[in-house]
Amino acid sequence: MKSIYGFVHVREKLMRGLFLACALFSVVALATITVFLLANGLPFIAEIGLGEFFGTRWAPLSDTPAYGILSMLVASLYVTALSVLIGVGIGLLTAICLYKFCPRWLVSPIRQMVNLLSGIPSVIFGLFGMTVIVPFIRDYISPSGVGYGILSSALVLGIMILPTIVSVSLDAMQAVPGSYFEGALALGSTREQATFRVMLPAAKSGILAGVVLAVGRAIGETMAVIMVVGNSPEMPVSLFQSVRTLTANIALGATEMKGDPERALIATGVVLFVFTLLLNTSFSLLKRDKTEKDDRKSRRKGKNSTPVAPAKPGSAKEAQS
Amino acid sequence: MNISVRNCNLWYGDFQALKNINMDISNREVTAFIGPSGCGKSTFLKILNRMNDLVDGCRITGSFHIGGVDIFDKSTDVNLLRKKVGMVFQKPNPFPMSIYDNIAFAPRTFGVRKKAELDRIVEDSLRRASIWDEVKDRLKKSALGMSGGQQQRLCIARALAANPDILLMDEPTSALDPISTGKIEALMSELKQELTIVIVTHNMQQATRIADKTAFFYLGELIEYDTTEKLFSCPTDRRTENYITGRFG
Repeated sequence: MKSIYGFVHVREKLMRGLFLACALFSVVALATITVFLLANGLPFIAEIGLGEFFGTRWAPLSDTPAYGILSMLVASLYVTALSVLIGVGIGLLTAICLYKFCPRWLVSPIRQMVNLLSGIPSVIFGLFGMTVIVPFIRDYISPSGVGYGILSSALVLGIMILPTIVSVSLDAMQAVPGSYFEGALALGSTREQATFRVMLPAAKSGILAGVVLAVGRAIGETMAVIMVVGNSPEMPVSLFQSVRTLTANIALGATEMKGDPERALIATGVVLFVFTLLLNTSFSLLKRDKTEKDDRKSRRKGKNSTPVAPAKPGSAKEAQS
Repeated sequence: MNISVRNCNLWYGDFQALKNINMDISNREVTAFIGPSGCGKSTFLKILNRMNDLVDGCRITGSFHIGGVDIFDKSTDVNLLRKKVGMVFQKPNPFPMSIYDNIAFAPRTFGVRKKAELDRIVEDSLRRASIWDEVKDRLKKSALGMSGGQQQRLCIARALAANPDILLMDEPTSALDPISTGKIEALMSELKQELTIVIVTHNMQQATRIADKTAFFYLGELIEYDTTEKLFSCPTDRRTENYITGRFG
């Protein structure tokens, strides 16, 4: 008997070790990536100086090389901001529509289609942008006759981040107790007033978390952007002008450059990495803020009534049961 | 405002939840609906401010008049109806915003923008709900930080801020402790001086304490409807007697 127990014990220990190793794998991966980026990027930035690194001239292969990434940094921020504006505008209204303003039988199909959108590879988005959006903007909208640029990229990215915005905001709104909605209607609000004045503010932090996720996706997207942004490393002054983002810069040069230019790309990566790190941190802060609030809420309510149950699928179902 | 209901039938899908109900509710009285769970009393209450409109597959026939106006008429504005017929729910449901904003919600919905006017309505409503003294120093604090009993009185104040003629209360004290319940009952006796109150309650003692009239519902039918005193002292129907003496329910 003893030997069997001993065997089980060893096996249990082995398995536990295996689980731990797997769990640590991503931590190790993160650490390795961080070290690789910082070890290669920071010395380079120090070498050429912050002023030069955040300069406007990018010409790594010229006789007098320059490694200024400012114009690409600005382009990245422009493209991201505009795409988030487009994505959040359409996405939030989509979520609101799905929440209470469309026939019940339409909700599930629309939601599934939106989710399907998130499964499309980004290179397809790029192709679509190249063959549809860019010519359309060139022929009908752009005053300069240039289709590639910030507006095209922002449109493509805006579509790409829609699924994130829609599903996260819809979840956030559905997690708000349906009793708020009923309460607002019972006071004489219209459905629109109840949604915009009670439900949206109550779902605010969840929606914000979705926006942050979307910003992260937009700023990090590479392939689709390369195909529609034009890729000239110039300071953006117009929506209709070929520019280059940080991600495009890295991807374009990565296979060809060696030596200092390659280190310059890694340094570009450091900047991108810092941005995504900031975004992720604010995302988890937003989430933590929300859960803490919920905890406080249920603790307070706990004495006199039952805590607010999360994710009620709408007031109608509640009333029926 | 008088409420008058004739031949009310209501179906949830195929299930008939209310069967041929006729009822007149008089002005400035407290009317209590009692009956076992699922008897239709809450459903009937919700017809009066048309909250059943939100339920899928809910079908209603009959005629319903409040103050002489047909509440299901095409020309009736359901939002104005709900303003005139306020509702307090079983579970306190203050909005996740400040106490002040909760009370100011209905006036703002109906276009009151001036700060002085809002201040006046907020104070007035909170006073009418006898909660002003408890919250006057923390009007800007979140309403979710209040106790359950305070939250429920806040919800009453919030409904009063819409200046209703009728107040519907769906088991307003079932989630509260006895002291909070007592406060809300006292509040109702005061409020009936100025408005009509209809309350659904599972607590028969509560009905005897506060209601002028009581209606007993059973399996979707209105079995008996009379003054509270008469219904509880000498009920005419056997089922009412069985229920109030605790033989079922």
